[in-house]
Amino acid sequence: MTTSTAPAPETPATPPAVARAARRRRRVPYWLLLPGILWLLVFFAAPLVYQASTSVQTGSLEEGFKVTWHFATYADALSEYYPQFLRSVAYAATATVLCLVLGYPLAYLIAFKAGRWRNLLMILVIAPFFTSFLIRTLAWKTILSDNGLVVSTLNSLHVLDVTGALGVTEGHRVLATPLAVVCGLTYNFLPFMILPLYTSLERIDPRLHEAAGDLYARPVTTFRKVTFPLSMPGVVAGTLLTFIPAAGDYINAELLGSTDQKMIGNVIQSQFLRVLDYPTAAALSFILMAAILAMVTVYIRKSGTEDLV
Amino acid sequence: MSALRRLRRNFVVLAGLGTLAYLVLPNVIVTVFSFNKPNGRFNYEWQRFSTDAWTDPCGVADLCGSLSLSLRIAVWATIGATVLGTMIAFALARYRFRARSAVSTLIFLPMAMPEVVMAASLATLFLNMGISFGFWTILIAHVMFCLSFVVTAVKARVMSMDPRLEQAAQDLYATPLQTFLRVTLPIAAPGIAAGALLSFALSFDDFIITNFNAGSTVTFPMFVWGAAQRGTPVQINVIGTAMFAIAVLCVLVGQLVGRRKRRS
Repeated sequence: MTTSTAPAPETPATPPAVARAARRRRRVPYWLLLPGILWLLVFFAAPLVYQASTSVQTGSLEEGFKVTWHFATYADALSEYYPQFLRSVAYAATATVLCLVLGYPLAYLIAFKAGRWRNLLMILVIAPFFTSFLIRTLAWKTILSDNGLVVSTLNSLHVLDVTGALGVTEGHRVLATPLAVVCGLTYNFLPFMILPLYTSLERIDPRLHEAAGDLYARPVTTFRKVTFPLSMPGVVAGTLLTFIPAAGDYINAELLGSTDQKMIGNVIQSQFLRVLDYPTAAALSFILMAAILAMVTVYIRKSGTEDLV
Repeated sequence: MSALRRLRRNFVVLAGLGTLAYLVLPNVIVTVFSFNKPNGRFNYEWQRFSTDAWTDPCGVADLCGSLSLSLRIAVWATIGATVLGTMIAFALARYRFRARSAVSTLIFLPMAMPEVVMAASLATLFLNMGISFGFWTILIAHVMFCLSFVVTAVKARVMSMDPRLEQAAQDLYATPLQTFLRVTLPIAAPGIAAGALLSFALSFDDFIITNFNAGSTVTFPMFVWGAAQRGTPVQINVIGTAMFAIAVLCVLVGQLVGRRKRRS
């Protein structure tokens, strides 16, 4: 988001009443900010600090936890759960790429080709949001069930033999395999990719397409040299909005995967809510946060769209 | 040349519609299976047609209780986040002040953070403070993560508004309050409405943050999560279908009203 400020009110050095009014006006933004910012500081920023301190505590539930600067928790957590970390990054990255590949044509269709169907298509993209996404994720259990239409078709086409050889499915089924989890992640975060893509595509002047055509650019060239570069802000925003929640997700892995597809979110959830090992849960989520912030920063720098933030 | 172009145009349309099918398919399944009569506890395989669940949507223990709790939390979280977020958005869009970039960063960070991180850290705070989990902790958490989305939606709208309109109102001897109520607020309203709608949807559907901060309180998504382990009643699909229908209906009505307004 770009930040351009409205010009500050001019304050001529005139009567004291005016000066007082000006001073009052200068205080207005702070009053406006106070409650919301306080809320974020207390319930968003302070917890992160608490989390950092919890991650270096030792103790037990019975005796309580104390800060002992026990950094070994980080080393232990990483060495024990690095497979889940790597899996989260791999699944989230795959889902993000799939979202981009699947979402781009739909965003393009809505922006340039839909005509009077545009609003209807937009509604169809957004409406699933309003059915609880847990219910929709459970629907994938039906769609991908072992004796369902999808699996039997894929089997008769021998697709599952190929994916099985690649290691993304197992034993001629889709549920409880990496394919099912990635499929669920892709489905769940697809609208987060489509909406920013659509926003940036819609801003493109269609006359640019005509101009490219007039200059004898083939449609593919027009897309490569004109449309795609101009949609980059949408691509960057969409990939971030997809990758970040996907990397921390544990719902798809829990509902559609098996124990072999657990992601880092599953580990944090079970450490926190079931094992009640708060230091390990805190260390893991701190690592996840740091890793994602680092990746996002590098990505935003690289893609040269810093005005996004 | 023209054959190639036609092929490409068809490719985009076909691929786009394919993606749309992928997006809508689960909703179709949810709707169809709301008319199922499953044999076991799980509603994953089609058995036979029945309207039992539709005639008795609250027939499962705790289901409608969790639904009404989710609605109440969503309403209060929407009100809280919309009021606080709109105030911040006006400050950011209309005033110059110190620590501006720090404020912007603080607004942006919750949107760039995996939910599970916010969820675990907020729950850590509540645990450390000895605050018992329940309605209030859920509400606090929901206002927290909805706030940034409201700020973003409202700020975009206020910034695109012509500041001369307010100056004109003041030239016509409107008091600051009148200017705000008669000029500023009506123009900002669509942004505020968008932020509120988004807050409601996010809060109502939130699972991860609620999972960590609810204690033994059961919201609707928590109920579905539990059901996925114990057995999924058909009533879940009924509620899912009804929500989908209501949402589509609201959007369609809104569009019709908007079109009529524009015409008149």
